[in-house]
Amino acid sequence: MGFSHGGGKGMSLDLIIAALLTVVNITTPILLAATGELVVEKSGVLNLGVEGMMLCGAIAGFAVAFSCSDPDVADTWLGLAGPWLGVVAAAAAGAASSLLFGFMALTLGANQVASGLALVIFGTGISSLIGTSFVGIAIQPFDSVFPESLAEHPIGRVLFGYSPIVYFAFFMVAAVGWFLNKTRAGLVLRAVGENDLSAHSIGYSVIGVRYMSVMFGGAMAGIAGAYFSMVITPLWAERMTAGRGWIALALVVFSGWRAGRLLGGAYFFGLFMTLELYAKASGFSFLPSQFWAAMPYLMAVIVLAVMSARNKGGSQSPACLGKPFIPDA
Amino acid sequence: MRIRLEKRRELSRVMLALSPIGAVVMTMIVGAIIFAALGYDGPRAVMEIFFTPVLAPYKWPDVATKAAPLILIALGLTLGNQAKVWNIGAEGQYLLGALGGAGVAILTKDMHGPWILPLMIVAGVAAGALWAAPVAWLRNRYGVNEILSSLMLVYVALQLLNYLVTGPWKDPNGQNFPQTAPYTPDQKLPADLFGLPFPPGLYVAFALALAFWLVMARSEFGLGVRIVGEAPKAARYAGYRESDAVWSTMLISGAMAGLAGVLETTTQSGQLNLGFPSGYGFTAIIVSFLGRLHPLGIVLAGIVLAISYVGGQVAQTTVHVPSATAGLFQAMMLFFILASDVLVRRRLRIEWGSRTAAARA
Repeated sequence: MGFSHGGGKGMSLDLIIAALLTVVNITTPILLAATGELVVEKSGVLNLGVEGMMLCGAIAGFAVAFSCSDPDVADTWLGLAGPWLGVVAAAAAGAASSLLFGFMALTLGANQVASGLALVIFGTGISSLIGTSFVGIAIQPFDSVFPESLAEHPIGRVLFGYSPIVYFAFFMVAAVGWFLNKTRAGLVLRAVGENDLSAHSIGYSVIGVRYMSVMFGGAMAGIAGAYFSMVITPLWAERMTAGRGWIALALVVFSGWRAGRLLGGAYFFGLFMTLELYAKASGFSFLPSQFWAAMPYLMAVIVLAVMSARNKGGSQSPACLGKPFIPDA
Repeated sequence: MRIRLEKRRELSRVMLALSPIGAVVMTMIVGAIIFAALGYDGPRAVMEIFFTPVLAPYKWPDVATKAAPLILIALGLTLGNQAKVWNIGAEGQYLLGALGGAGVAILTKDMHGPWILPLMIVAGVAAGALWAAPVAWLRNRYGVNEILSSLMLVYVALQLLNYLVTGPWKDPNGQNFPQTAPYTPDQKLPADLFGLPFPPGLYVAFALALAFWLVMARSEFGLGVRIVGEAPKAARYAGYRESDAVWSTMLISGAMAGLAGVLETTTQSGQLNLGFPSGYGFTAIIVSFLGRLHPLGIVLAGIVLAISYVGGQVAQTTVHVPSATAGLFQAMMLFFILASDVLVRRRLRIEWGSRTAAARA
């Protein structure tokens, strides 16, 4: 699968570092997608379509990065900027697909659960459709952009050995936390999610704020998808996000709708999913590998139960979550 | 430009009934355009997907085979959708139904008797309901979001199937293929009944659709479920408990998905293998909405979605569209039915420029 960056000389330090790199690799996409969905849900919208938007981003990012690696353009600026353009394309594709949901759920006020599911099915379908011509092709992974020398030392590898998307994910979770809690715009967004009628009557555009949030969530999910097709396994495969979009949704609940806890929660899940990979190959192999593959999903259910029990009455979730807003209806 | 929704004064029953047809027609038009834009023969693809299976009688058994599980699962989901208790994990319950049947099949492989098949079906129904039970329990006990928990269990069910058919339940004489031993004649349903080439599941689906219709339209239970969904506060005053609605809709939808799963394996494949998961559990959500949450509508919608599956395969060979095509059309159908649901109740008003805005002010 190419999760592991290992390949040391059997030294335990190398093993630990390889494990660390794997944890980061596994966690980054769910962290990205969950950070986006956090903003969406804070504005009072439940977009279940994360998995579909991720797939749209995955194929768009791959297609653009692959096109830019064409020998004709590889030596021009396009070749150099290829992976970056891929990420931008992934964000654009994710945001564009989210507009489908936005139109249904926000403009028309249709049921958000059903609209989100439609987006999952749509994203799965359209990505497979576009992806048919890309199956079986590999691209250069969008790896570390730091000079080789920095990543030679083990600690250097832990700090500098990642794709730029990893640093972007860290930056975004911090930025979103700051935005939601410390800025006026963030306050407006939260107000829209907590009490849409009041926000509307003060004169804020509830639908406008929600459209922006939904598109932001779509862009983040798109980049999360691109992490699968451009970094983890730099090729395209149908349904390659394998349900991680749903884990991201669970993560938002797990975090109690707080950015800080989102980071911790994402790495908690990432650690579990890494355990799965290592357990298969090590002393825990007396348990069937399928047990470990099911583990993150079982964990998600258990964690949801624990968090929901503490949050009974729904005091942490945005009050208007999932309710359509139709002015003067 | 501003887009506004206005409530229609009178709700047209005719439009309400016709809106799914509009959704399907819109899907055909937009689908043809999309596929033409992608360089395929768009109109022909739509023709093959929606009309070839209807016009070619030899495709009907195929359509019936796919319609049966879709209708069965969607009937169960509809109760939950009415109560706004969302079971998104029917695919997992469908798998468990098949596993329940397969478990009994393995235990009874050397036995004979007419009791084996009913036992398998009961086991499948029970297994499906059992897989949905934790979802209901967690929602009632701890307030766990049923959308997420039911979906997570799909992935667990997939791994369980994978483990069983590659491990303990693998056919010892199966040349190491990931599948259970073929069912014995005592463990299989006939592939056709009454001399017609339709699977028994289809008749079961029709009969249950009638039963659901009666229950939903005429019983206190059906009323309670609807009230919980549409007016939770009123339901509380009227004495309908939400937790009861969660339990009953989850267990019934799980049981129906389980029934679909066990019927599928006992008629079609006659064994359980890794290729069993089909996505019916997800497509059934579309069937439920396209059928307007009405049992008879669901029968029609199930047939339409089954046609799109069969037609999608036809179009793959004739127009060379990819295998994902049917899924894309199904997603479009869901979008359009959701949109038309809204537009039947409300009028979309597009306001251009400031004149109308001034006139309103």
